[in-house]
Parts: sequence; structure tokens; C-alpha cells
Amino acid sequence: MGSSITKMLSIGCLCAAVALLAGCPKKATTVEQPTAGTQIAGSGAGGAGSASTTPLGGNAGTMGAGSQGAGAGGALARNVIYFDFDKSDIKPEYADIISAHARNLTTHPNLKLKLEGNTDERGTREYNIGLGERRAQAVRRALMLQGVGESQLTTVSFGAERPAAEGDDEAAWAKNRRVDMVYTP
Amino acid sequence: MNKAPYSIAVLGLLLFCSRSWGEFVVEVTRGQDDAIPIAIVPFMGAEGAAESFDVARVVTDDLARSGRFKAMDRKDMIEEPHNGASIAFDDWRRLGNDYILVGLMQPQGQDRYNISFELYNVLNRQRLLAYQISANRTGMRLASHQIADMVFDKILGIRGAFATRIAYISVIGSLPNKTYRLIVADADGENPHVVMQSNEPLMSPAWSPDGQSLAYVSFEDRLPSVYVQVLKTGERRRVSARAGVNQAPAWSPNGKKLALTLSTRDGNLDVYVLDLDTQALTRITDDPGIDTEPQWSKDGQNLYFTSDRAGGPQIYRVGIQPGDHPRRLTFQGNYNARPRLSPDESELAFVTQEDGAYRIALMGLKGRGEVQVLTKGRFDVSPSFAPNGAMIIYASRDRGRGVLALVSSDGRVQERLVASEGEVQEPAWSPF
Repeated sequence: MGSSITKMLSIGCLCAAVALLAGCPKKATTVEQPTAGTQIAGSGAGGAGSASTTPLGGNAGTMGAGSQGAGAGGALARNVIYFDFDKSDIKPEYADIISAHARNLTTHPNLKLKLEGNTDERGTREYNIGLGERRAQAVRRALMLQGVGESQLTTVSFGAERPAAEGDDEAAWAKNRRVDMVYTP
Repeated sequence: MNKAPYSIAVLGLLLFCSRSWGEFVVEVTRGQDDAIPIAIVPFMGAEGAAESFDVARVVTDDLARSGRFKAMDRKDMIEEPHNGASIAFDDWRRLGNDYILVGLMQPQGQDRYNISFELYNVLNRQRLLAYQISANRTGMRLASHQIADMVFDKILGIRGAFATRIAYISVIGSLPNKTYRLIVADADGENPHVVMQSNEPLMSPAWSPDGQSLAYVSFEDRLPSVYVQVLKTGERRRVSARAGVNQAPAWSPNGKKLALTLSTRDGNLDVYVLDLDTQALTRITDDPGIDTEPQWSKDGQNLYFTSDRAGGPQIYRVGIQPGDHPRRLTFQGNYNARPRLSPDESELAFVTQEDGAYRIALMGLKGRGEVQVLTKGRFDVSPSFAPNGAMIIYASRDRGRGVLALVSSDGRVQERLVASEGEVQEPAWSPF
């Protein structure tokens, strides 16, 4: 409990900080927890190595405009684009979400958005990294077409390694074929 | 580990043939009808530590797991000879054995034992092997695998691979709190130890040709990087953390270079070769499609890789010298990916899609390139050859969980290795 309150507080502070940076405190901005510092330790002789990183949940990054109750409203609060099997084209139903984020990014050129491409579990792991990257790039291009600066966007592909839902059926797969849009500090 | 004996006992009742594989339970899903019958008699023990270590059990499990041998059940043995002079050959022949292995352990000073063993052909009473191995308590297991290797080699004429190791990724916990571990264990699953642990994904472990190091992908910075880690010292080096994708490392046969997958700013994945000493980078493929999953030929002159340049993923080969054009190798079906070359380079194992399922297939590289689908699962991926080419280990699914499985390269023997917890994926078999 204690830690989640701390987390919420820190996210709140970040919201405020980003809003200030963006120069319009009233307008909502979507922010995401900063990338945690990484501790890395190779394994000692015969021992276990370790690295600890902050887990990012499948539904992380949902902090956003919606909860702040202003600005672009619903579309900006949504930050996941879902894809059909083996496809990387953005379906028409996501046009509003893309546009809302494009407006947000063009209005606030200081904002940075990370596009995390994901696939369902089917197929080989490394090829899925390629598919996830292709999806992230499709969203990147769509945003750039609407005037978002190239320097505001980064991509990463997790392939099938970071599912949002467990299970080996279409219901789970559909939730996993996605691009998460994550605002970074 | 404490739970292992219990789960083995339970499964032993349910399944005709199940054995322990380290922290795994082995289920033989398909055996070989013409397996060679052999009696592996419990080795006569010395007092103390040696007595508590069952050399014959390890040898029995190794040979049985290969699918090529059918080991006589201990409880059917009416006597337990420990040297050639005391073998009643007619009795062992009548019990259906072609071969018999006997042995004994003798203490040799402080924590050191002498294991002597003999292998006989029961039918003609010929002695095929007679050796002594010296080992301390911690070396017993390795010594046992070496005995299994010698028996395998002597009877089949194929070098044994029981004294090798396996690397794999284990994922425990549930969303969103998963822990990813890179684990190295003996080829029988025993002695597992964690090489690397992270709360972010770990992928694609690859053995260096000398078996001393692993290359792998880690997302610990929430971005992919390729690392090389020396197993003995734990010393770790980040060798590629370029913008975009850093994936699919594969060692060159001389251990001086890594083939890997990198991407351009607009997300085009291509295969590159990185010189580990100079950091010099050479681009090998240049195509708008996804080019990835490289694998070297033994002479270090060619790379096998997956590309979807023609639509779906297919397997190609390209020379590493500039200007060489990739040649497509697979034509059956619309999904063929992640090639792995057999040690003698006569065959290619890869993942193929068949009836909506992903399975392990084998294609001859000489002749007409016929494809044989070896497995029957829905999610069979990540094949890796044993260094003797006799078996392929791969990742599969069992009751919704990621497990490891083995198939003989002729498809006749199939086994499943079910871990006591978590998901297991991406096995990679070490070199000799």
C-alpha cells in the first residue's frame, strides 16, 4: 500500500512537472513513469548474476489526459493500438487515438513518446521482434504524417516477450498484438 | 528441488516411463521400437560419499533418454556383478540383454574415488570397454556422463553428448511481475545455475564455440542490448546497444565475430557481422523486409537467416563477402524460420507452420531438399542440435506452460521435459 501511494504521488509530481515544462498547466499531458535506473551485476564465480529493473505492467502508461479531465479527452487517454494477426497496418478505428496523440505532441514539442511494439506468442521469437518493430514503425509513421517531429518519437520492439495477457487463445493474442504508446520524460 | 521426488513418484504412476531431468520430469512421449537392450548393473559402492552416489543410475538415465537404448529394470536383476569375471553371461542373455555394463568404486584417499567399469557384449562375451576414472564427490556426475558417452560411442559409433550443457531462459511469476532467468545446466538438466536474472526479458542465448561464454539479448534497460558473458568468471560485456533493434546473436566458428540483427532508424531489420575485438561492423543483408535469426556455416563464409522479403518468412543463405546475393532455401509452406544447421551441415532444422501449428522441421541440404516435420505440437519453436547431431532440443507447450522437449533427428524418439515451476524457453545446446 505504502509503496503504491508513493508511486502515485511521484507520478502526480511528474504530471505536474511535465505540464509545467510543456508550458500549459491546464492542458492535460500523458506521462509515464521514468525509466528506472538499472542495476546490473554479472554473476560472480559460480554465483547468480542479477539485474533489477522496474516492471512495466501490460496496462502501465494509462495515466493520462482522461483522468486529468481536460484536453483531448477520451482518445488521448487511450494509448494502445491493436493489430490483426501478422499485420502492421493501423485499423481505421484507431485514427482518432493517433490524431489525439499527434495533436498532443505537435502542441507540446517537448514531449517524447516511446512506441513499444508487441506480438502474440505465435511464431519464432526473433522474427516476432521484427514484427513488433514493424508495428511500432507503422504508428511512428502515422504520427509523423500528422506533423509530429521525428525527434519526439522512439521505438522499441519486445516481440512476444512482454505479453499484456496470458493464455494461448485468440482472446489473449488479440490483447498482445499491440503498440503501447508511452510518454517518457 | 525438494518437491522433485514427490512429483516423480506421482508421475511414475501415471506415465509408463518418466525420469528425473534435473529440475524437470521427463515424459517419454514416443520411444524407439528397436532400442538396444542393455543391463547397467548398480556399481559396487565404497564406504561413505561414493556409496550415496549412483553412477549406474546416471548412466542408465542418459542412455535411456537418447531413445537408442532400453535399460533393464533394476528390480529384474537377479544378481549384481561388478567385474567381468563374475558375469553369468547366459543368464543375462536369457533376460534379453545385448550388452552389460558393470563397475565399482574404490576410495582413493581424501574425497577421491576410483571408478572402474567394463562393458561386455553379452552374446559373444567380448569385452568392449575397460576403463578407470578418478573423481571426487563433485566430479561423480561428470564422470558418470563420460561413462555414458563412452558406451554410446562404443556401441553406436556416435560420439556421446551426455557430458555437455544446455542454456535456456526460465520465466517465473505472473504479469506484470515476471522474472526472467538465463540458466545453464548439465545436458541432463542437473546442476542448474542462474547466469543472469532480470525483471525485463532475456532472449536468444548463444554458446561461444569454446563453450566458455554465452551471448544473449537483455532488455534490462528497457531497450535491447547484446551481451557476452564469460560463464566461469561472470565477467560481462555489452557488445551492441545501438539505436533500435539489437538481436539474435550468433558466434562465428572461430569465436571472433558475432552475426546479429540491427535496425535502421526507420525500423528495417538486417543482418550484420560484428568483430568482437575491433567492434568493426559489416552489413550483410540490405532489404526492406525483416532479415534476422542468422546462423553461421562451419567455414565461417556463409550465413543462414530468416527473411520475409518474399512475403512470409523463409530461410535464405548468403555469403559474407560483399556483393553476394541471398539464395532462398525453403519453398514448402508459408512460414519457415529460425534455421539451425546440423553439426555435419547435412541438414537444416527450423520452425515451420503446418495446419496453423508451429513445428520443428528438418530439411536435407544435399539432394532435393525434402522437408520432414519432426514434431506434433502447436507451439514448437527454438530448435537446437546436440553437438553430435543425434538429438534436437526445442521449446514446446504442455498444458499451457512453456516446456522443453527433445526429438531425435530421425523423429523416432520424442520426450518432454516439464519444469517444476515457470515457463521454460529458448534452449541452446552447448558444443562438446
